[in-house]
Amino acid sequence: MNTTPFTPLSFPGKKNSGDSVVNGVDLSVNFAGIKAPNPFWLASAPPTDKAYNVVRAYEAGWGGVVWKTLGEEPPAVNVSSRYSAHYGKNREVIGFNNIELITDRSLAINLQEITQVKKDWPDRALIVSIMVPCNEEAWAYILPLVEATGADGIELNLGCPHGMPERGMGAAVGQNPDLIEKVTYWCKKHYSKPVIVKLTPNITDIRVGAQAALRGGADAVSLINTINSITSIDLDNMVAKPTVGHQSTHGGYCGSAVKPIAMNMVAEIARDPATPTLPISGIGGISTWRDAAEFIALGSGSVQVCTAAMLNGFRIVEEMKDGLSRWMAEKDYNSIEAFSRKAIPQTTDWKHLDINFKTIAKIDQDLCIECGRCYIACEDTSHQSIAKLTEQDGARRYEVIEEECVGCNLCQITCPVENCITMVPQETGQPFLAWDNDPRNPFRVAS
Amino acid sequence: MTHSLDHLPSAKEVGTYDPATLAHNFSDLHPPLTPRQAIIESQRCLYCYDAPCVEACPSDIDIPSFIRQISDSNINGAAQTILEANILGGSCARVCPTEILCERSCVRNHDTECQPVLIGLLQRHATDHMQFDGHPFKRAASTGRHIAVVGAGPAGLSCAHRLAMLGHQVTIFEAEQKPGGLNEYGIARYKMTDDFARKEVEFLLEIGGIDIQYGQRLGDHLTLDTLRQQYDSVFLGLGLGASRALGLTGEDAPGLMPAVDYIKTLRQSDDLGSLAVAKRCIVIGAGNTAIDMATQMARLGATEVTLVYRRGIESMSATGHEQEIAKANGVRMITWAQPDEILLDNQGRVASMRFAKTADQAGRLTTSGETFEITADAIFTAIGQSFEGESLRDTTAAELARDGERIHVDEMFQTSLPNVYAGGDCVKPGQDLTVQAVQHGKLAAHAIHQALAAKQEAA
Ligand SMILES: Cc1cc2nc3c(=O)[nH]c(=O)nc-3n(C[C@H](O)[C@H](O)[C@H](O)COP(=O)(O)OP(=O)(O)OC[C@H]3O[C@@H](n4cnc5c(N)ncnc54)[C@H](O)[C@@H]3O)c2cc1C
Ligand SMILES: Cc1cc2nc3c(=O)[nH]c(=O)nc-3n(C[C@H](O)[C@H](O)[C@H](O)COP(=O)(O)O)c2cc1C
Ligand code: SF4
Ligand code: SF4
Ligand code: SF4
Repeated sequence: MNTTPFTPLSFPGKKNSGDSVVNGVDLSVNFAGIKAPNPFWLASAPPTDKAYNVVRAYEAGWGGVVWKTLGEEPPAVNVSSRYSAHYGKNREVIGFNNIELITDRSLAINLQEITQVKKDWPDRALIVSIMVPCNEEAWAYILPLVEATGADGIELNLGCPHGMPERGMGAAVGQNPDLIEKVTYWCKKHYSKPVIVKLTPNITDIRVGAQAALRGGADAVSLINTINSITSIDLDNMVAKPTVGHQSTHGGYCGSAVKPIAMNMVAEIARDPATPTLPISGIGGISTWRDAAEFIALGSGSVQVCTAAMLNGFRIVEEMKDGLSRWMAEKDYNSIEAFSRKAIPQTTDWKHLDINFKTIAKIDQDLCIECGRCYIACEDTSHQSIAKLTEQDGARRYEVIEEECVGCNLCQITCPVENCITMVPQETGQPFLAWDNDPRNPFRVAS
Repeated sequence: MTHSLDHLPSAKEVGTYDPATLAHNFSDLHPPLTPRQAIIESQRCLYCYDAPCVEACPSDIDIPSFIRQISDSNINGAAQTILEANILGGSCARVCPTEILCERSCVRNHDTECQPVLIGLLQRHATDHMQFDGHPFKRAASTGRHIAVVGAGPAGLSCAHRLAMLGHQVTIFEAEQKPGGLNEYGIARYKMTDDFARKEVEFLLEIGGIDIQYGQRLGDHLTLDTLRQQYDSVFLGLGLGASRALGLTGEDAPGLMPAVDYIKTLRQSDDLGSLAVAKRCIVIGAGNTAIDMATQMARLGATEVTLVYRRGIESMSATGHEQEIAKANGVRMITWAQPDEILLDNQGRVASMRFAKTADQAGRLTTSGETFEITADAIFTAIGQSFEGESLRDTTAAELARDGERIHVDEMFQTSLPNVYAGGDCVKPGQDLTVQAVQHGKLAAHAIHQALAAKQEAA
């Protein structure tokens, strides 16, 4: 018998997972001077708590990590029972809430591990998150130690909404623009590499924090940190979750539910004439390539993920890179840069919108399953613009009364069948007219 | 009841199935949903407005509402929504041919979707898991009226419950020794497991104000005349007691019997192994009773079960789903053939049956003269139930106007006699289904209530 020796097939294995070219598209980024093979970074949180996790993340293909926030010795002490969730109807996690503090491991061990990991994974971004008390000595002490690790930059955690503010750190600093500026300034003074300021969303105007960071000399901002939250109450015991013994406390909210809030904040900063070129690392509810693409289109130069990784494991980055690169190829975007901020020019204030624009709902009768949801939504709560008819054979038929439709999109949103209701822009024959210039506007500016 | 099969071996003797398999063969045909499955399934409901499924439910259950309650983990609320429209919602969840009722109308059948919401199983989930402190419905203040209900089947029970709720006193006269009608005696055993029919009636009676007198047969111990005199109103929920006969010689030969009589014994049996089994048998008919009979015989251990129908598959009244169940149990179906002669062995017992081939000629069923024979140890007839005239023997009862053989009623379920109402299988409107009987009973109760209230005002 003629036997040929068995040659093992070679797979593009883990050693390639840091390739910046995926599906022929270059995903690499240079974010405020920090280079990474792709824009998918893990946010500072449990997934980046120690070398073991971070190495697994790199092996899985993440482009960078922001190490779990370091603090002064002695390390923080956590309670048991730490997370809770806001569930969708099918027990999918819509929002995630935690009452954890910054790292509960010693500074020395963290620094040692960071040094080793950076040495072993030179092509990946490694950023160290830091939170120490609001005085220059504290920062002057820790920054040289971090610099010595060889990490690519630091991220200032000025946003943790629970536990740390009570110690005068985290959100307590992030909510005070003067302190943001001051701390950023100290960091630039005592640290030579890029400084990213992580902003808290628990404020009224996110632009104020970004402007303060810029004044302090920040190289970039990242946002959002978590939002103050209580996810649910155990109605039998009248206590919120997570329950520690017989009590609870508010936590920090993240996950899919916060994405719209985070995206608006990212866009606000990207649109702000005071911070037009400030690099932004987008964070908040990113779980798919599409979420990432949206954050990038609104001005993010890299994206950070926490909850999605916590719920699914590190492997999700595989689908994210694949999906993003295929979409980029399809759109002829040959780099992240190429579409970053692309949606910003079209994001404006309400008053600049065209008041003469008109769109009308159109129902595709072939796709319609006759559930009546559009009808009752419009009838009860909108503009009574959908007629309910009965065909001769008894079948229901729903038709838009075009003269009544204001184009609010409600029917399209409530329709369970994708693409069954489309909003069709109408030819009105009228010119573009912003509300600023509309004669009906008592405060109009003459055009 | 199955004396006509006394010469046949028992299921145990036939030995096709060991006792455990036999028990399994008669456990739930469609196992209930687990709580997790129920939640997932409930999410599939689109909460339609003016939902087509509600229109298709003969008892008007607010389906989107109870399903939303399940998805909110409000099981008692869901059960109450079901029961206020249909107090026998638990048995309907088990026996309704949903494939031709609510689920057929579900918008999720549409091309762009794929499969209806499993309304029946969700209804069962809610009614199986409800936990009330006492009965969920309260009685209105007593009206001082007393109403007689004849027949404790779905129609009679539903009527009695609603009347009690409206504040009336009710006495039910039932010919049998147990309540439930065909829920207790007729529905296939694997659809009504764990003595559910009895438990459901117990629950229904918790409302109070309903007294059932067993062994009381109208036309026997009772006359409609006395009932009319002694009660403020009478409701007749008599069902269809008689089985149609083939009209051939030899119909009383051992080995031939109506399917419903066999099923009744099967339903009441504590020991499936002791039931007489015809290894080779013929079932004649095309409705759900024929299917139930054939399937249950196969599940008891018969090896050759043949269902014979004189027209084509498309004319069978058994639903496609029911036909599938029979086929899955190895039942052979022969169409376009009608019974011609019962052939007996030398001891005068059923040995086989000769069939004449039939054809449809311009809507008329004709025979070509061609025949064939099928060997069988037993023949079960399921060619329809008819109204048992015996119940209406007394002079007053005999006056009741009829629709064919059934009792004539108007849209308020009133018969041709004042104060006498009727509903369920014994009247013409609607299909002969449990859910339809429940609806009739409920609507008749409201009609009775209104008529009595109007009388009071007039007085
Ligand atoms: C074998 C079989 C299987 C079936 N399977 C299904 C099914 O899967 N799904 C479904 O929806 N429907 C099914 N049906 C139909 C369903 O059972 C009936 O439509 C329903 O039971 C009708 O209810 P009812 O109250 O009108 O009559 P019944 O259920 O027949 O109840 C009538 C009651 O009145 C009593 N009674 C009768 N005459 C007198 C009298 N003279 N005096 C006192 N009491 C009297 C009877 O003893 C009985 O208790 C089936 C029917 C049969 C025969
Ligand atoms: C359990 C947990 C712990 C976190 N700890 C930190 C932290 O130590 N430092 C920090 O800057 N952010 C921390 N975060 C916030 C995340 O880095 C991130 O900003 C936030 O979760 C939003 O992103 P996401 O929606 O992808 O989770 C934590 C989040 C979670 C869920
Ligand atoms: S995920 Fe579960 S098992 Fe793991 S630490 Fe948390 S509570 Fe314990
Ligand atoms: S919501 Fe959509 S599917 Fe439902 S009736 Fe309206 S158009 Fe048809
Ligand atoms: S038709 Fe189907 S989806 Fe719509 S309410 Fe009824 S069960 Fe729900």
